[in-house]
Amino acid sequence: MLTRKVSKIRSSEITSESIYLTRRKFVQQGALAGAGLSVGLHANAGLQSNDDITPEHIVTSYNNFYEFGTDKSDPAENAHQMTTDPWAVSVSGEAKKTGKFAFEDIVAGLGRQERIYRFRCVEAWSMVVPWVGISLKEILQQFEPNGNAKYVEFKTLVRPSEMPGQRGIFSSIDWPYVEGLRMDEAYHPLSIMAVGLFGKELPNQNGAPWRLIVPWKYGFKSIKSIVSIRFTKRQPRNTWSLLAPNEYGFYANVNPAVSHPRWSQANERRLPSSIFDPNRRPTLPFNGYADEVASLYSGMNLTKNF
Amino acid sequence: MITHNQFVKAIVFICLVAPLCWLGWQISLELQQPGSALGADPGEAIVHYLGEWSIRILLFAFSITPLRRLLKSRALARTRRMVGLFAFTYVVMHLLAYLFFYLEFNWSGMWVEILERPYITVGMLALACLLPMAITSTGGWQRRLGRNWRLLHRMIYAAITLALIHLWWLTKDGFEDLVVYTLWFMVLLWFRWRNVSQQLR
Ligand code: HEM
Repeated sequence: MLTRKVSKIRSSEITSESIYLTRRKFVQQGALAGAGLSVGLHANAGLQSNDDITPEHIVTSYNNFYEFGTDKSDPAENAHQMTTDPWAVSVSGEAKKTGKFAFEDIVAGLGRQERIYRFRCVEAWSMVVPWVGISLKEILQQFEPNGNAKYVEFKTLVRPSEMPGQRGIFSSIDWPYVEGLRMDEAYHPLSIMAVGLFGKELPNQNGAPWRLIVPWKYGFKSIKSIVSIRFTKRQPRNTWSLLAPNEYGFYANVNPAVSHPRWSQANERRLPSSIFDPNRRPTLPFNGYADEVASLYSGMNLTKNF
Repeated sequence: MITHNQFVKAIVFICLVAPLCWLGWQISLELQQPGSALGADPGEAIVHYLGEWSIRILLFAFSITPLRRLLKSRALARTRRMVGLFAFTYVVMHLLAYLFFYLEFNWSGMWVEILERPYITVGMLALACLLPMAITSTGGWQRRLGRNWRLLHRMIYAAITLALIHLWWLTKDGFEDLVVYTLWFMVLLWFRWRNVSQQLR
């Protein structure tokens, strides 16, 4: 149903910037837990005292969103062309409630929380981002997936008229961008759909109107500007592992022990780096969220299932 | 009065140092206010910038012989050594930037990178081809080596081929620049092949 007009997220619904700023102080002082406010149990999970929040202008100007070009600065330059209102999402596959839904109908009534997560790209850089997110489990459960639903697949918008990267003839990506999760990964309390950052509406270059965030996986799993959700029995394909299966896997869990053919994953450049200080630090297993998520993969060979 | 030769040489020289001046300017802005000029990851920006100019200048050096024929300009031919040496310098700076920003001069790490990452291996091989050419670029070496000098300097074919493989391997998507560089190289190869086959006839 595409009935209601998409309304912008009202600022009253999300953390105001002043609250965010006080929270930032909490983070810097190391007072991570129990900051009160609307911060949920997992809001600051695994955050370390040296995890300073990355400045907003960097989070919104240094992006990999190949639909808008392959340079880090391309998305910020081009993404304003994308229409995010109205935004229809198709839900299909192994679930009771399938069909076309308006984005705002799906998220209406669901609680928004600020989650400050590390974000680790497979290219060996990382940031710390205060997302405004909604529990992915709460979102998915609305569609009542059935017993056959073992995986969930997501797709990004395809609209070459508004996405210059999809018009290029020298791209080897077969649009749309697809990603997927196992259902237990999707239902993990750390998994969210982000609808904002820094207490504001999500900018287009960061994947408006909503994008996945799974903080223990490399950034390419966290698919942006989602228009399709499909519940499947079999493991869905994902764009980067289709392009280079020996370089990118389905799981893509952050793992300093398994290096990528192009980048050692043992450490990362925490942005912003500066000329005199590359700001390099060791990468943590599961991006520092091992306590919360390692049990999802017990018994699995993580070198083979990279 | 400056001669025609000197004039052409000066123009080419200015074109070759201009990218470095721009980079110097960006770095100075960056030092005054981090993040103001080269973005969130200045190290990466500098490595990429120097890599881009390395391949362009290398291809320019390789273009001079055919261009001289096309434009009938001997003055241009006289800039060839300078252009080649600039190409070498850019590649060395690209390597230094990589060592500084990516490896922080961790030498043991460098060996691992060279052995484990094929795109680094071929980058180093490309540099290894350029090094003897740079060393023997002087008139003295040219005389001493005689015929062998020309043979030695055919390594430019290997150097550019390896550099292009380096680029194909490190590019994830968005191949437009790479297609341009590769076509440029192929046109130059075709030009040379045509020349040789005409001489043989
Ligand atoms: C003739 C020699 C070489 C040429 C022409 C060359 C050219 C390039 C070019 C054009 C790029 C891509 C820049 C971009 O994406 O915007 C690049 C990237 C790079 N090159 Fe080279 N290069 C050469 C040798 C080397 C050597 C010797 C090394 C190091 C041992 C090296 C390491 C790198 C690295 C680390 C990157 C960046 C990869 C990334 O960030 O993903 N290159 N090079």
